[in-house]
Amino acid sequence: MINFDINTHWVINIGSFELWITDTTLALGGIMLVLIAFAIVVRIKLRKFQEVPTGFQNFIELAVETFENFVAGSAGAKLSWVGGWFFTVFSFLLISNMSGVIWFVRPPTADWTVPLGLALVSILLMQAVGIWYRRGEYFKKFLKPFFLFLPINILGELSRPISLSFRLFGNVLGGMILVSLVYALTPTVVAMFLPVVLHAYFDVISGALQAFVFTVLSLTYLGLATSED
Amino acid sequence: MNPVAFVMAVAYITATAAIFNGFLTTFAQAKIACAAIDGIARQPEARGPITTAMFASLAMAETAGIYGLVVAIIILFPNPILNNFIQYLA
Repeated sequence: MINFDINTHWVINIGSFELWITDTTLALGGIMLVLIAFAIVVRIKLRKFQEVPTGFQNFIELAVETFENFVAGSAGAKLSWVGGWFFTVFSFLLISNMSGVIWFVRPPTADWTVPLGLALVSILLMQAVGIWYRRGEYFKKFLKPFFLFLPINILGELSRPISLSFRLFGNVLGGMILVSLVYALTPTVVAMFLPVVLHAYFDVISGALQAFVFTVLSLTYLGLATSED
Repeated sequence: MNPVAFVMAVAYITATAAIFNGFLTTFAQAKIACAAIDGIARQPEARGPITTAMFASLAMAETAGIYGLVVAIIILFPNPILNNFIQYLA
């Protein structure tokens, strides 16, 4: 029997509150450790950075500069300060979508709570940025084209975090289910070679694409919320 | 006929029907890619912005297909219909 469930390993009781330690929690912890370790290594190497970049410094500067230009291009130059947060989200999604290639890791983004949390943060940031930059003007967009469209516009706003999170969740979960079905249904000889191709597509290519798409769409929403018309 | 088997068969057929909206999604995505390639062929220097916009629109169009996939997965694995039916029998 193939099992796609999220396994719960321990339940910690804090008063009347239950803290469930699941596959997702463990994978999230591992990915956060990797990212924090990488950030600390970069921070230590940052002291020795020179005027003319070489090797490792080149790579870091290229990544940061590309992302800054990308944020300025898709959300507008005045929003370039959100680049730090979205670079974090992008690298986190990239690693967690690709973590499915390790056989004992269930990708944390294949649990709906993780994409939903990230999407809610993006949407709240969008509303906050829209109100911050445009003040009262921002709420006029709910009354377009005229006031009877108010409920439809509010529904449209509410559907954004759902579509943003389900897009990421469905892609990762679909890939995971397909790969594990192939593992379970093929004989051992085939299972040694075929899943490599499927992992390369569903985890690496599709995962990177979905991380990119999540970031682009969040930035586009932010850009739309702050644009004048 | 065993009623549980009937409910399971209906659930499987419904899941297949839900997956079928990927059909129209693929047509929509093909149309977006077609328009993007047209744009790049006309203005090769605008490749970068067109590619970014194409990926964003492809993701938008993909949402419907993903909704179908999620509905199919919910029908197949958590299977609320069958659980309700078993509760009703018991």
